[in-house]
Amino acid sequence: MLCQNCNKRPAKVHFTKIVNNSKVEMYLCEQCANEKSGLNINIGMPTDLNNLIAKFMGVPAEFPSFESVPRCTNCGMDFHEFQKTGKLGCSKCYAAFGERLKPLLKRIHGSVTHTGKVPARVSSTIETTREIERLQQLLQQAIIEEKYEDAAIIRDRIQELKSGRSNTGEAKSGGQFYE
Amino acid sequence: MSKWYLEKGPESDVAISSRVRLARNLEKYTFPSRISDEEAVKLVDEIKTLVLSSDKFKGYNFSYFNMQLIDPLNRQVLVEKHLISPDLARGNKPSAALISRDEKISMMVNEEDHLRIQCLFSGMQIDNAVKLGKIVDDKLDSLVEYAFDKEFGYLTCCPTNLGTGIRISIMMHLPGLAMSGYLNSIFEACSKLGVAVRGMYGEHTEAQGNLFQFSNQVTLGQSDEEIAKNIKNIAAQIIEQERRLREQLYSQNKYMMEDKIFRSLGVIQNARIISSDESLKLLSYVRMGVDMGIIKTVSTETLNEIMLITRPACLQKIIGRELSPEERDIERANLIRSRLNTNSGEH
Repeated sequence: MLCQNCNKRPAKVHFTKIVNNSKVEMYLCEQCANEKSGLNINIGMPTDLNNLIAKFMGVPAEFPSFESVPRCTNCGMDFHEFQKTGKLGCSKCYAAFGERLKPLLKRIHGSVTHTGKVPARVSSTIETTREIERLQQLLQQAIIEEKYEDAAIIRDRIQELKSGRSNTGEAKSGGQFYE
Repeated sequence: MSKWYLEKGPESDVAISSRVRLARNLEKYTFPSRISDEEAVKLVDEIKTLVLSSDKFKGYNFSYFNMQLIDPLNRQVLVEKHLISPDLARGNKPSAALISRDEKISMMVNEEDHLRIQCLFSGMQIDNAVKLGKIVDDKLDSLVEYAFDKEFGYLTCCPTNLGTGIRISIMMHLPGLAMSGYLNSIFEACSKLGVAVRGMYGEHTEAQGNLFQFSNQVTLGQSDEEIAKNIKNIAAQIIEQERRLREQLYSQNKYMMEDKIFRSLGVIQNARIISSDESLKLLSYVRMGVDMGIIKTVSTETLNEIMLITRPACLQKIIGRELSPEERDIERANLIRSRLNTNSGEH
């Protein structure tokens, strides 16, 4: 059945309107229904109210079906499946869907970056990365404040950390300037 | 039978228990959402062997419960004791629980994540729960390779737990807020502060007996310590409000309050048939009476014990056989009478 308004697109919405106590019924396409009702009728929206994750994603608006769907090469889960269940299939899914997950993470957590505890096996490298980021901010600040001597010390410390020559006594004592 | 409730924790007039839960996954297995039964059996065996045989866990005396081998009643007892989730208790996939002798630590294997580490303490002891959680987590971390990403933190099956994987919750008894009609405004304030409020048994459960669980929603972008501090601050404020309202209610309606409290005690001490719902409702007022010093013949520890042993599965476990709902209501009334009258010397 074609939309009774535009006669072009297939009708998807049974549209009922009460005008002066008389009922007007029409079968409309999504677009015409939106225009007529002023409501945002979104047929692709999942109806399962419990599935908050899928609702969060705003499925059809962000990912038109003609776009290729990313799939995790490790466990085989595709992004649509995640949108339906709200659950990922394996640890590699995060890398596979990374950029698409970020808007969702931002909405759930208000952040996309972990800042808490880390496993022992990676703690030294992560601490170094976090320290470099912290120092880079201090460096910017020092430059803005025209404290060029401090800036030079901070810059050298960043270089040290980046080249892996860190945690020597000398570097630690240098660190006191900006602790 | 149980352990944590035998202790009277700090702020126990309002705070019933403090709990920390850490969600962890192992790098080498598919997440539980897609894991095959065969792989899940391997996972369960691996964790079981590690925890039961490693020197690191010796002092805790862990017991192992295979969810597919223990019967539904015993699974339900563990749910009622807050040691496993209702989801794990369904026992419809290879999964297990490891529980320390004092029941302060429990690990669920192959629940929503490969591992859920839980630490449970009486009263307001969030710091102790967080500390113990970290110790257990560090021990496991030295034995397995956790799924972890520099940017996203600990990788969890559901993105709502991503990052720290930590859920800190405190169960509070709030009859004062409930009676003065302030619960909704507290709940609204909590949701704005990123704190979820749930019933007694966690997600999708109803609040019974004025008992509410408050827990953090955000797990990514804050450290475990920041999350703990936030929950502690909110809990401290709710505790203060609750105490203030109880005092206010009592000073303004002394006889009405005493009547409600002593009628509840009278009914629960003398009933011959009592449902689980009714007992929780009455116990709430009795507890308030005890906490405010209005009832002096009953201890908080006795109430904690009664609250647990009168739950349907625990009750059947104590009686030693399966009971019909009608039989349960009779046995529950018997058990409550015997516990209250032994302790208070009344009949």
